[in-house]
Amino acid sequence: METGIVMTVANLIRGILMLILGNEFIVSVIMKLIGIGAMIGVISFAAILFTYTERKVCAFIQVRLGPNRVGPRGLLQPIADMLKLMSKEDIIPYGVDRVVWALAPMVLFVPSALAYAFFPFDDGAIFADVNVGIFLLIAISSQSVLTFLMAGVASNSKYGMIGAMRAVATSLSYEAPMVFSLLGIVMITGSLRMSDIVAAQQNTVWFIVLQPIAFLIYLTTCFAETNRTPFDFVECESEIVAGAFTEYSGMRWALFFLAEYANLLSISVLTTTFFLGGWSGPILPGFVWFWLKTIFMLMIFLWIRWTFPRVRIDQMMSFGWKVLLPLALVNVLFTGVGIYINRFM
Amino acid sequence: MSDFGGLGIFFVIALVFPVMALIPAFILQPRQPTREKGIPYECGVDTEGKTYVQFRAGYFMYALVFIVFDIETVFLYPWAVRFGELGLFALIEMFIFVGILAVGLWYAWQKGALSWK
Repeated sequence: METGIVMTVANLIRGILMLILGNEFIVSVIMKLIGIGAMIGVISFAAILFTYTERKVCAFIQVRLGPNRVGPRGLLQPIADMLKLMSKEDIIPYGVDRVVWALAPMVLFVPSALAYAFFPFDDGAIFADVNVGIFLLIAISSQSVLTFLMAGVASNSKYGMIGAMRAVATSLSYEAPMVFSLLGIVMITGSLRMSDIVAAQQNTVWFIVLQPIAFLIYLTTCFAETNRTPFDFVECESEIVAGAFTEYSGMRWALFFLAEYANLLSISVLTTTFFLGGWSGPILPGFVWFWLKTIFMLMIFLWIRWTFPRVRIDQMMSFGWKVLLPLALVNVLFTGVGIYINRFM
Repeated sequence: MSDFGGLGIFFVIALVFPVMALIPAFILQPRQPTREKGIPYECGVDTEGKTYVQFRAGYFMYALVFIVFDIETVFLYPWAVRFGELGLFALIEMFIFVGILAVGLWYAWQKGALSWK
């Protein structure tokens, strides 16, 4: 196949717009806006779908029924939830730092959404295929810890304070192993461009075969990055109520959850892109392969969330620094030697 | 339209989108503030004491080591991109650089920086 479905459709729209408007610049701006709209649509749709899926999968694992009252098999539950959240009173507690408190849920959406600009959904279908892709992606998505700190510290709540401090601790111990584990991929690919990473896997094998240790390290850091069990210290319900989000209600709280589900989809997509060959695959179109692999990764993330207990925070930090980071460094050394033997000997 | 220009537009829209989501809630929501609702949540009882106490961050030393490693990654990424082309030079350099990192990590470990105090 020459180009993917997404690019064919995009080129068709571009062609029609060029006929109507005739101005290169305006058409490219409109195409960018369509792309942004599509990505925000994907995020919103995923968030709505995940509230249902997560509860159903959780119920299945815990041998319960899950939501089954609203609509057939509880399918209308997300809509009921949304209506409830929209019509809920927005309580601003006493003594909060109003500006920072109100800004936190809005700003949190920015790093979560901007990460989607770097995802290769299909052949050529990347919003911003920049030459520093993977690096910029890590830089942008790691900013989300700032908003957890903003939310927690500004909300004048002890639980919020502890949650914010834990968010920082998590980010401190897992950013470094994550970045080092992706170094091996960059060394093999020789490029930071996301499309090159997929192309490199298309030409050889998936990086999960070449970089199994890096895959495991990356998977582990993903749980910390999205604050999910076994590393969900930022909002562990049974310890600190909801951590940094304790004082938020209604739509503001929903924004936190929108960002959380956007991050969940985002790590599934990234694991697919980095280690499972992205959109490449036989027979079926790339777009279908991409979503099949992503849903597979997503199910693994859900499965692990509902199977494992939470570890203690000092255990988590020492695990990150004393196990994952040395492992990632050794992985870089092995990759380097492997590439050298493969190319120059 | 360059890719970075597109990112700029995306950044602005990502900032505006949450505000758009808040507007219908702002119109629909009831407003009946009471004293009890406004108290920061503390399992149902009234709030005790101040929130902004001196907080003991048990991971302060981790943070210092983290800064070092985070800066190292900035140096390592350009090197990793060119690794395949530089050959033996990059390989030897890799052992030196990662060796220095490993010694640094080992030193911090021995000094007790990587423990929760």
